[in-house]
Amino acid sequence: MTGLRYVYAICRPFRSALQRQLTGVAGSPPKQLTHHGLIAVVSTVPETDFAEEPLRAHLEDMEWLTATARAHQTVIDALTVVTTPLPLRLATVFRDDSGVRTMIEAREDDFRRILDRLEGRVEWGVKVYAEPEPTEAARPGEGAAAGGTGRTAASGRDYLRQRRTQTRAREDVWQKAAAFAGRLHETLSAFAEDSRLHAPQSAALSGASGQNMLNAAYLVPRRDSEEFVELVDREKDDAPGIRVELTGPWAAYSFTGEFAEEPEVEP
Amino acid sequence: MTTPGRLPQPYGHDSGANLADILERVLDKGVVIAGDIRINLLDIELLTIKLRLIVASVDKAKEMGIDWWEDDPALSTRARRDELTRENAKLRERLAQLEPARGQEEAS
Repeated sequence: MTGLRYVYAICRPFRSALQRQLTGVAGSPPKQLTHHGLIAVVSTVPETDFAEEPLRAHLEDMEWLTATARAHQTVIDALTVVTTPLPLRLATVFRDDSGVRTMIEAREDDFRRILDRLEGRVEWGVKVYAEPEPTEAARPGEGAAAGGTGRTAASGRDYLRQRRTQTRAREDVWQKAAAFAGRLHETLSAFAEDSRLHAPQSAALSGASGQNMLNAAYLVPRRDSEEFVELVDREKDDAPGIRVELTGPWAAYSFTGEFAEEPEVEP
Repeated sequence: MTTPGRLPQPYGHDSGANLADILERVLDKGVVIAGDIRINLLDIELLTIKLRLIVASVDKAKEMGIDWWEDDPALSTRARRDELTRENAKLRERLAQLEPARGQEEAS
């Protein structure tokens, strides 16, 4: 069989079947490659797209990258439903099945160790946003300066006072949101088995969606997931200007970090 | 063999939304294994830099009509094509300017 092998994840053998119509990257269905009691979930992908040079070019192409990332995640999601996959980073590609087998042999101890640790666990993502209310728009009569017409402020002094009030309100929301995020993280980490703090997602493009104050991942046993979700719901602050966003269940992407760096390559 | 327990319905990333979260995970988390095709995502510098911005919220940005990456040659084939066309036109223009000048020079 020609084509390269794109590997999504490593997992232990699982009983349930994957959805029949599941498609992976490059529109090709993921298959299971069993070796040494471990399973690599792979798709055959064309060399014209996944050899080093075309792949490098593709990765700089936002449209291609988006489609491929979604396809990759779709397969990981499907696996997460039936087993505990160890997700590999996007675009892990081998020449052929034997290349994949060699890789499994080289890393099998690591794989087993991490799979044991993650077994039956999923990742939940929690983000907290500070969303100061747009004061101008919120108070008709007084404001309506959203369009920037300058009609509303009677004088320069009024304008400055208005600006100061807005700034203060915004800082107030940020402070409250930061404190809330800290408390929430403490509560959730106490419940979860493990947690990771990620860099806040930048608001450079998102504008209206507010300032991301907390971007965290929590490792939670499946059986406790409902409770975790309820806990997040309960802790959600009703305070205006604070928004909590929950995503998941994800494969334990954020908790594979203990995985050893590439071992010395034997000639 | 693993037997999955009951899981709550997925939140957030089922409807094709939340591209930022997906990119953040598939590009930045997960196990790094050098395949036979050796590409270090971090070596793709432009990608890394742009993603840091994009990870903000692509869907939102698109909603708001901010789609600058689509016009950024580094990020989109379509934009690259457009740029080539533009560059071609510019070169032709420049050539057209130079040729008469050269013609005069030769004549003098």
